[in-house]
Amino acid sequence: MSMTLEHVNCIYSADTNHSVHALKDICLTIGDGEFIGLIGHTGCGKSTLVQHLNGLISPTDGHIYYNGEDINAKDFNRKELRGNVGLVFQYPEHQLFENDVFADVCFGPKNLGLDKKEVELRAYEALHSVGFPDEEFYSSPFELSGGQKRRVAIAGVLAMKPKILILDEPTAGLDPQGREDILELISDLHRNENMTIILVSHSMDDVADYAERLIVMDHGSILYDDVPQEVFKNVRELERMGLAVPEVTYIMRSLKRNGYEVDDTITKIDDAVEQILKLWSEK
Amino acid sequence: MVREITIGQYYDEESVIHRLDPRVKLVATLVYIVAIFVVDSIAGYALVALFLAACIMLSKVPVKYIVKGLKPVMIILLLTVVFNMLLTPGETLFKFGIINISKEGLKAGSTMALRLILLITGSSLMTLTTTPNNLTDGMEKLLNPLKYIKVPVHEIAMMMSIALRFIPILLEETDIIMKAQMARGADFESGNIFKRAKAMVPLLVPLFVSAFRRANDLAMAMEARCYRGGDGRTKMKPLKYLRRDYIAYAIIWLFLAGCIVLRILL
Repeated sequence: MSMTLEHVNCIYSADTNHSVHALKDICLTIGDGEFIGLIGHTGCGKSTLVQHLNGLISPTDGHIYYNGEDINAKDFNRKELRGNVGLVFQYPEHQLFENDVFADVCFGPKNLGLDKKEVELRAYEALHSVGFPDEEFYSSPFELSGGQKRRVAIAGVLAMKPKILILDEPTAGLDPQGREDILELISDLHRNENMTIILVSHSMDDVADYAERLIVMDHGSILYDDVPQEVFKNVRELERMGLAVPEVTYIMRSLKRNGYEVDDTITKIDDAVEQILKLWSEK
Repeated sequence: MVREITIGQYYDEESVIHRLDPRVKLVATLVYIVAIFVVDSIAGYALVALFLAACIMLSKVPVKYIVKGLKPVMIILLLTVVFNMLLTPGETLFKFGIINISKEGLKAGSTMALRLILLITGSSLMTLTTTPNNLTDGMEKLLNPLKYIKVPVHEIAMMMSIALRFIPILLEETDIIMKAQMARGADFESGNIFKRAKAMVPLLVPLFVSAFRRANDLAMAMEARCYRGGDGRTKMKPLKYLRRDYIAYAIIWLFLAGCIVLRILL
């Protein structure tokens, strides 16, 4: 159960004067059960990359293999692939269309050709896992709040029971509580169901708290691909690209500069708390 | 997918044609269309084609890009040729059963196709080289005299520019929603016509919702900036004729005169 990208290139509007080389020679392997954070500034090719992973965009050049099969081969079953590789778009609440929430969540599994009972069971489970209240199952998706809409949209993808779940900026435009809820949900799915997660984000704090592997993109190429601690050591490079390191890393760096004996590569708040407390008790 | 629609889009480039006053381009397009229907000889069509080729060269828009824009109208072109060929009575060239292809029909069909190609290419050259904003500005200025008979010229121009501005936005939105639904296993391409029409529902509902939301936001934003319609409104960049515009006018009228002369002489 892995995904491999070999020298993938993507060019938009080729042979015009506004052609964009969105992906440049991307080579990548995504293993089973990984939690990957994908970061980069706006327009660096993150969204283009993730749309390649379930065959929505075919590469201009290069190959993508899912379990060893080329997903752009003519006889490859792309519908099944889209069931296995779930993609939650940016602002997914804009794709809701049914009369009620439950029917909307049923759309995905129904398209997979499952029987009615299985479809409804999956929809029920998915809505439950995102913490959507039972009594609102039959209300119109257009009357919900922004956060609730987003949950329904994510449930719509979860109901297809994907093995790999890709989320493009799932926390954009949510309040802190909503953000926390969504991230916790994703992390639960990863822990309990061993789902492979790819989290596309602008927020360094989000990815630092949850991701085990971090991929940084810049102008269509992969710049770093490592564990967060290692990636966030390149503070100056990241800032040059308009990115940053997590808040807590800045704090630790400034502590160290002021003569305290701390590890300045820490990226998680819990680790930082531990170190600072230790420092405090030694005093 | 939908990104491939190029007809009516602006192609950004630095050229003489791009810099011309939009009023000149509008008038020139009208004159050009008249010219297409004035000429009726091979020499005449050659003149029009030459004029168009010169304009395309000057505009620096790649020929490939223009040809791509012709693709969607290909079916209409083919139908025109076929119907003209079959339904025009005259001297028989070929005969298969009841199908009768006449010499006159062949001629009428190919003339019609040629005219249509020249027409579409010429007018799309105008939209390719003029930004929608400029285009509506020019239109507003040209139609200005109609104000005296109570035609809301400014409002019409404003509606047009908003409509034009929304085309790429909605196309992009369609692309995103389509992909999002395909990611949930939707199938827009296979099945019979009823199945396909039904498959459009998950695309159309969110598209309408978002179009209304955007329209609402835009109305709010205009209101917030105290938009009150055209009365007493000034322009940041008023249109002004320059020397090149007068030269362009001279060329286009000369071109029409040339076409008329060819028609009379040949």
